[in-house]
Amino acid sequence: MRAYVLSRLGQTVLVVFLSLTAVFFLARLGGDPVLLFLPMDIQAKDLNEFRERLGFNDPLPVQYGRFMAGAIRGDFGESLRYKQDALGLVLERLPATLRLGGLALLLTFCLAIPVGVISAMRRGSVWDYVGMGGAVLGQAIPGFWLGLMLIYFFSVRLGWLPTGGTGGLTHYVMPVLVLASFYAARIARLTRSSVLDILGEDFILTARAKGLAELVVVAKHTLKNAAIPIVTLAGLETGQLLGGAVITETIFAWPGVGRLTVQALLNRDFPVVLAAVFVISLTYTLINLLVDLIYGWIDPRTSRA
Amino acid sequence: MRRNALGILGMVLAGTAIVAALAAPLLAPHDPLVGDFAQSLKPPGTAGHPWGTDQLGRDLLSRVIYGARIALFIGICVVCLTAVVGGLLGLVAGYFGGWPGTVLMRLVDVQLSFPFIFLALTINAIVGLGLRNIIISLAAAGWVVYARVVRGEVLSVKQREYVQAAAALGLGRGRILFRHVLPNVLPSILVVASLQFSQFIVAEAAISFLGFGVQPPTPAWGSMLSESRDFLYVAWWLAAFPGAALALTALGINLVGDWLRDVLDPKSRA
Repeated sequence: MRAYVLSRLGQTVLVVFLSLTAVFFLARLGGDPVLLFLPMDIQAKDLNEFRERLGFNDPLPVQYGRFMAGAIRGDFGESLRYKQDALGLVLERLPATLRLGGLALLLTFCLAIPVGVISAMRRGSVWDYVGMGGAVLGQAIPGFWLGLMLIYFFSVRLGWLPTGGTGGLTHYVMPVLVLASFYAARIARLTRSSVLDILGEDFILTARAKGLAELVVVAKHTLKNAAIPIVTLAGLETGQLLGGAVITETIFAWPGVGRLTVQALLNRDFPVVLAAVFVISLTYTLINLLVDLIYGWIDPRTSRA
Repeated sequence: MRRNALGILGMVLAGTAIVAALAAPLLAPHDPLVGDFAQSLKPPGTAGHPWGTDQLGRDLLSRVIYGARIALFIGICVVCLTAVVGGLLGLVAGYFGGWPGTVLMRLVDVQLSFPFIFLALTINAIVGLGLRNIIISLAAAGWVVYARVVRGEVLSVKQREYVQAAAALGLGRGRILFRHVLPNVLPSILVVASLQFSQFIVAEAAISFLGFGVQPPTPAWGSMLSESRDFLYVAWWLAAFPGAALALTALGINLVGDWLRDVLDPKSRA
């Protein structure tokens, strides 16, 4: 078990290292950002001095070596725009993103699993059609459009909810709903199909033949066995929530890592972009590791693999 | 029965988008790029502009119809690129194996351990804006799925008797790969392609919405939605129609994809 966790942590380091390397070289291929940050009427001499100071005149391998040496110590340089430590800037925004993502995840499970289970248990009923129809729609409706429409109805027309930003609890409603919608739809569909699979198994027949209450059959015998594919998908999806946050945060002016990254990309503020890539890839792989560990707990057969 | 009905609904929705894309010049009542300031921000139902006009007085219906062209063009280009590149790499990695295959699959794992939309967005912000670059960015972010699926399939197909028999008969490896292995993994490639298609279209719209990708005045649904944010208080139709077109197109393609998966892979029928 310990060896497994250690080798997975090693993999995490590799993922983060390769991501940073790829983005570093891509960013340098895209041209230097210096011109964007200086006034139009700057002298060529000053321009060169500025480049020299930021180290853009050195050969690429030297720049890369310097970047990696800094990155290991958590130093990604200063944001070109905010004149602040880039990693500090990203970490400052991380709690807002995690709060949004955590609540969206909670809503996803509270909504998707009951819907999926009821659809499977009452297969072919009105509940099944409504639940699965909603799931198919939820999967097709792009989050950013749903966000715009919610803002139109609940903020512009009804004036019930704020259009964006943070503050009270009302600020959470729409961003959480939008972020959860797509994932809830996928997880509801998967829950339904994996519950249906399990319901066809012989041990369910046995459980029913023993005269167990339907609630026990569902809760104890079906759900625990149906949980494995659901946890797998949920793990992959949890990471994708970070991607969804990029869009949701931008629509609702949510002060998280996603919005900061989009702004940094628009401004070609590469220290911040690289620090964000570092934080996002690290968070993503750690979430996946956590999911794998939960996995071993739910299904002891996989823990030695 | 229910499956077929949904499949037909999907074909109708996707078919509508395809017809709109192909026949855009015939169907659109106005030029999507030419506006008339006297007619700006007219609501739906205005004479001559059934879906209203935007802030520059351009006809919204015409822009949405031309938007289908851009969305499907990008989707098809990206699906073809990713299927060919990812499929070939997966085929080679699965059939020949060895260390190049292992290294390739490690790289695939690394790339898959990154949120797709974030990856495509970052690549796009760096390689630059416009139609060609958004296609490159989405393809660069999306090929890995095929590589993984195809490699897995090839690993199992190459153990089958008919492949072993072909090898025993002394056929060349290239011939075995393309005549005996490829046709048997093609259904998986098709299923992945149909499921990825709508994802690429929505991703393109999302990236254009964020201000990258396809730029105004090109009538792409994502950039139209991006512009509509400034007019949400006065002109709801600018956000409603392009988004509905995008959602219905994605829905149609998803339903066709689900139907195709059931037909080609009866095992996964749920």
